[in-house]
Amino acid sequence: MAAAFDIVLRAMFAENLALAFLLGMCTYLAVSNRVATAVGLGVAVVVVQTLTVPINNLAYRYLLEANALDWAGVDGLDLSFLRFITFVGVIAALVQILEMFLDRFLPQLHQALGIYLPLLTVNCAILGGSLFMVQRDYGFGESIAYGFGSGAGWALAIVLFAAIRERLRYSDVPEGLRGFGLAFIVTGMLALGFAGLRDLGG
Amino acid sequence: MMANIRVHGRRILRPIVDDNPITVQILGLCSALAVTSALLPALIMSVAVTAVLMFSNAAVSLLRHIMPRSIRLIVEMTLIASAVIVVDQLLRAFVPDVAAVLSVFVGLIVTNCIVLGRAESYAMHNGVFASLLDGLINGLGYSAVLILVGTVRELLGSGSLLGRPVLPTLADGGWYRPNELMLLAPSAFFIIGLLIWAVHALRGKQRREPAPSRQAAKLGQTG
Repeated sequence: MAAAFDIVLRAMFAENLALAFLLGMCTYLAVSNRVATAVGLGVAVVVVQTLTVPINNLAYRYLLEANALDWAGVDGLDLSFLRFITFVGVIAALVQILEMFLDRFLPQLHQALGIYLPLLTVNCAILGGSLFMVQRDYGFGESIAYGFGSGAGWALAIVLFAAIRERLRYSDVPEGLRGFGLAFIVTGMLALGFAGLRDLGG
Repeated sequence: MMANIRVHGRRILRPIVDDNPITVQILGLCSALAVTSALLPALIMSVAVTAVLMFSNAAVSLLRHIMPRSIRLIVEMTLIASAVIVVDQLLRAFVPDVAAVLSVFVGLIVTNCIVLGRAESYAMHNGVFASLLDGLINGLGYSAVLILVGTVRELLGSGSLLGRPVLPTLADGGWYRPNELMLLAPSAFFIIGLLIWAVHALRGKQRREPAPSRQAAKLGQTG
């Protein structure tokens, strides 16, 4: 349990997908004008990430990894090079299913998340999470912790950034720096702050 | 076709500075910035992205008349992912050291929005040769930023370029104290921020409010 907690903390702060690995940047910059929308997107990322990383973990371990198909009687097959296509497919399918499920059973949540869910299919933070899971050789339990932690870290980053950005609207910034230029520099400072927390989670 | 290319020559070269995918359109940052802490990975990444862009543009352009519109995104993603798999396998086979540094970021070219963006907005409507060229030019625009950031970070962060010492560091008995911040992620944000400032100042005109580019909006702000 303690180990899982460490993974969550590390994925949230020291290895924050947005601020340490610069993943999901396009969405991060485009959907951070208001805190409310950033929160909606953040929740969607946490949900999708917590589901896709473990599912991709199973897909990788039982279908793609070297000798993974031994249980089916096929020996010595290494399909790990297919992981990009497989993961993108799993993520796309899962987002689609999640959308239909929410539409049917939780229409209000679906209304709130509706527009953000499809965007996540091609968000590199989501694919990146699954690829890091493979690279670090996480087991199934660890991958649940990692999926939740990395999603929560990304959500935290975008909510903080949106809050700063709402205040920045009234500040007097040099002409050429307005807009994306300033957004990057503020993100850099945010990343510095997160780098200070890198000892969290061992 | 050649005359057509010449007429549009100026427009076609826009992605290098005026319409640069990274600094102006703010596309495709994800797989880019984390690999720029040194020049060599930035160079290899540039080549990889340019190759994938050219392949996917050419393939989408070839298939554009027989591709049913309703499933075109799936087809495009599959083509892009196939190109990335080939690039990934080649890197692992021929430059395993660099492939280890690039780690997951080669795979993330799949979700790089420049690639899907060019396939959707250009290759779907243009011939194979023009699309190939468009892929090359956009790849070069992307590479220019990556190489610039990689150069600054390696030079200031470790006093070397491509692993060769340029500024003699204190550790080697020289005078330069390496700025370790340059090796961490925040410096990439700062350099890109300053770069955008410089490009805007050079162009003399700029958008007041960050409006997502048309292409990004159409793609749903992919990474």
